[in-house]
Amino acid sequence: MVTLNSKIPEGPLAEKWSNHKASIKLVNPANKKKLDIIVVGAGASGASAAATLAELGYNVKVYCFQDSSRRAHSIASQGGINATKNYKNDGDSDYRLFYDMIKGGDFRAREANVYRLAEISNNVIDQYVAQGVPFAREYSGYLTTRSFGGVQVSRTFYAQGQTGQQCTLAAYQALMRQINAGKAKMFTRRDVLDLVVINGKARGIITRNLITGEIERHSAHAVVFATGGYGTVYYLSTLAINSNVTAAMAAFRKGALFANPSMAQIHPTCIPVLNEYQSKLTLMSESLRNDGRVWVPKKKGDKRPANEIPEEERDYYLERRYPAFGNLVPRDVASRAAKERCDAGYGVGETGLSVYLDFKDAINIQGKETIAGKYGNLFDLYLKITGINPYKEPMRIYPAAHYTMGGLWVDYNLMTTIPGLYAIGEANFSDHGSNRLGASSLLQCSADGYFILPVTIGDYLADEIKTPKISTDTPEFEKAEKAVKEKLNKLLSVKGTQTVTSFHKRLGHILWSYSGMIKNENGLKKAFKLVSELKEEFWKNVKIPGGLNELNHELEKASRVADFFDVAKLIITDALDRKESCGAHFREEYQTEEGEPKRDDKNYSYVSAWEYTGEDKPPKLNKEELKFKYVKVTERSYK
Amino acid sequence: MNITLKIWRQKNEHAKGKFVTYKLDDVSKEMTFLEMLDYLNEKLIKEGNDPVAFDSDCREGICGMCGLYINGRPNGPKKGVTACQLSMSVFKDGDTITVEPWRAKAFPVIKDLIVNRNAFDKIIQVGGYISVTTGSAPEANSIPVKKENAERAFDSGICIGCGACVAACKNASAMLFIGAKVSQLALLPQGRVEAKERVKTMVAKMDELGFGNCSNTGACEAECPKEIKLTNIARLNREFYKANLS
Ligand SMILES: Cc1cc2nc3c(=O)[nH]c(=O)nc-3n(C[C@H](O)[C@H](O)[C@H](O)COP(=O)(O)OP(=O)(O)OC[C@H]3O[C@@H](n4cnc5c(N)ncnc54)[C@H](O)[C@@H]3O)c2cc1C
Ligand code: SF4
Ligand code: FES
Repeated sequence: MVTLNSKIPEGPLAEKWSNHKASIKLVNPANKKKLDIIVVGAGASGASAAATLAELGYNVKVYCFQDSSRRAHSIASQGGINATKNYKNDGDSDYRLFYDMIKGGDFRAREANVYRLAEISNNVIDQYVAQGVPFAREYSGYLTTRSFGGVQVSRTFYAQGQTGQQCTLAAYQALMRQINAGKAKMFTRRDVLDLVVINGKARGIITRNLITGEIERHSAHAVVFATGGYGTVYYLSTLAINSNVTAAMAAFRKGALFANPSMAQIHPTCIPVLNEYQSKLTLMSESLRNDGRVWVPKKKGDKRPANEIPEEERDYYLERRYPAFGNLVPRDVASRAAKERCDAGYGVGETGLSVYLDFKDAINIQGKETIAGKYGNLFDLYLKITGINPYKEPMRIYPAAHYTMGGLWVDYNLMTTIPGLYAIGEANFSDHGSNRLGASSLLQCSADGYFILPVTIGDYLADEIKTPKISTDTPEFEKAEKAVKEKLNKLLSVKGTQTVTSFHKRLGHILWSYSGMIKNENGLKKAFKLVSELKEEFWKNVKIPGGLNELNHELEKASRVADFFDVAKLIITDALDRKESCGAHFREEYQTEEGEPKRDDKNYSYVSAWEYTGEDKPPKLNKEELKFKYVKVTERSYK
Repeated sequence: MNITLKIWRQKNEHAKGKFVTYKLDDVSKEMTFLEMLDYLNEKLIKEGNDPVAFDSDCREGICGMCGLYINGRPNGPKKGVTACQLSMSVFKDGDTITVEPWRAKAFPVIKDLIVNRNAFDKIIQVGGYISVTTGSAPEANSIPVKKENAERAFDSGICIGCGACVAACKNASAMLFIGAKVSQLALLPQGRVEAKERVKTMVAKMDELGFGNCSNTGACEAECPKEIKLTNIARLNREFYKANLS
């Protein structure tokens, strides 16, 4: 059994981070030059970490599967990034952001981590502005903000609907600067397939060069995984089609704990599934709910065009059910409410699986130009994909898999249970509890990468200054490389009849049906059986053309899907264990009379941290008890 | 609908490529262009053939990973879209569609429709940034930026680094790509400090990497999926002259 030590510093909440920084070990500049760090992933978290570590003087090696670090999926994030600047003078503060996230996460996140995010948020905005991120501004030339779901202040900084693109490019450019300076080295088109652990410490990775197919060894004094989320386990999601969980699963198999795997966010405002060939779902930023009103017809199966349905026959169900927050309730609440209406027969569109998001009133009040200024590119995107003009007709939206709150378990230093292995950004579990609030992931990724990891990693590396360069010529590297080759060759040798994608689609369908917005015990048990059977079938009947030593997309996909089966089982196991509802984890058996999630704080106020016990063996549950000292744990209400 | 595809197949960088013809039935108008290629590949795999290699990731027009020369134009007949956003509804039953990779000396073919665009990263590496070390940034509102400038910087900053501009240009020039980054940073007070050095190093790198010169035909602007304007090249030229005068 692993002992979980979250290493939360002593002292009052608002002083923990400063005290911690003041007391942890440091590495002096001369020694930093002798230390190598591997960063896997180059999105908002990985690129910012790699650039900052290189600026500090470490030798940094960065890996990603795309052809350039600029293409990490952070690039697609849309609506904004939170900070407690309080420029609007509307009563915002570090404590308020902290409280909103703790409550938004339905009291399943760590207080100390979340408070630290709030504290760092303003530095993140300062950093991005200095790097040239063109955030939205007032005529005065000063920065402006907007509101996001689950909060009552306006604290979200944005660059139209492409905030993530602008922030990611800023981090990318900072990394490119360090490459030019010779402090960082980039390895693109690489799949990281395994982690190498030597004497209990993370010392390297095994990669596959996606152009030549060569299996390579890379070593370092410490390894950072910034590999993003695994929402693609659902097949259709708002993630990139190559987003995956392979690195995290490799770490899991080598002893890192996987926390809260079942905590997956289904985002309420996505373009609905339009046809069976679809390869991904496109998000329509949550910021749209600032001005858009969500409704369905009051009459079941009303097939009239939206504009012909008179005002009094529309059910603005979010405003009706949640008068205090209205259209700005958190994502999990908005998603379930949409599903509830559609399941009850009030959904719109061909399939009845969508609801309206209407800008008519906003355009009437604020004018078309103002609305275009705020959402112009999102409206264009919507028009491009659906052929519907949101200036004239309401958008049709439906929930889609979007974000994973779960991920590798990390302590306050962002280190996993494997010494020397860190996880940052969406790949870790730390700050969002059971539901993430909008615009807080970019914040977390950037805080982790620019300001937290570069400090905390020193505490570990201070004891490594005498460790010479790590050789890749060791039995551990040998063994890991061999295992990777064997697994890939095994996949290639199946030579079955069904394509990788067909398996991925089936897996996604099982999870969406039984472990999506609403779960129950029978469904989850059934899903576990179905996934196990599908996994077996996959290893017997998958068909992968081509060989190992060439560019082979099907092999890449197969290796990812193989890991999706394992994480799917972990997701279901976790969902079965958690006999309560909280945030995005909604078990039908545990709900209030009004259909809201019913937490069980007495028995489930913990982070579930799963430990690998062997291939297809049930993982072992470790619990990190959550203690709330600075907030009153209450029923989460948005009414 | 029925579609005939003529697709460039090339085993690797050094192999000689050729067009191969595929017939595809039951193509839905609802597919995107890449979903149509997925559909072709699923079929090829089932038949025991090698699928067509092409790049993509976000599938929503923002990562810049996809990019195909379709019927002689970057990303096909529709303006302002990437290949992943191109809907098959722009084609008709019976159409023949030619699909090629980007063609440019600086973007060698890796396999089939995949090219190597590392040259873009190399250009950014020599100056496409503001050199601010983490932690040294001043309070965000201490640098007011005219709303209009912030918006124009955004309009330049939305370049996705896809390379369609290079593929569209008969000289394979990267001026629109560089112009977009130089303009974004030059429009902001934070970026002015290094403006001269930046434009010089980036242009020098572009020449070194084998991109051609700009002869003002405007093909790049017409084919850019993000509709980055030619005014970015004008600003690049102005910045370049200014930098070399002083
Ligand atoms: C459509 C969309 C909109 C969003 N909008 C917002 C928003 O407005 N505000 C907000 O705060 N958040 C938003 N989010 C969430 C946020 O964008 C993500 O959580 C965040 O960007 C994740 O960043 P990351 O650095 O952790 O990972 P990513 O940016 O996903 O990067 C992952 C990196 O890891 C690499 N990688 C992964 N696996 C491997 C492997 N096995 N081998 C090698 N490399 C690997 C990839 O190449 C990539 O470089 C949005 C998300 C989506 C999908
Ligand atoms: S300028 Fe346009 S075409 Fe050129 S790389 Fe940028 S987005 Fe692509
Ligand atoms: S796949 Fe990202 S732009 Fe087309």
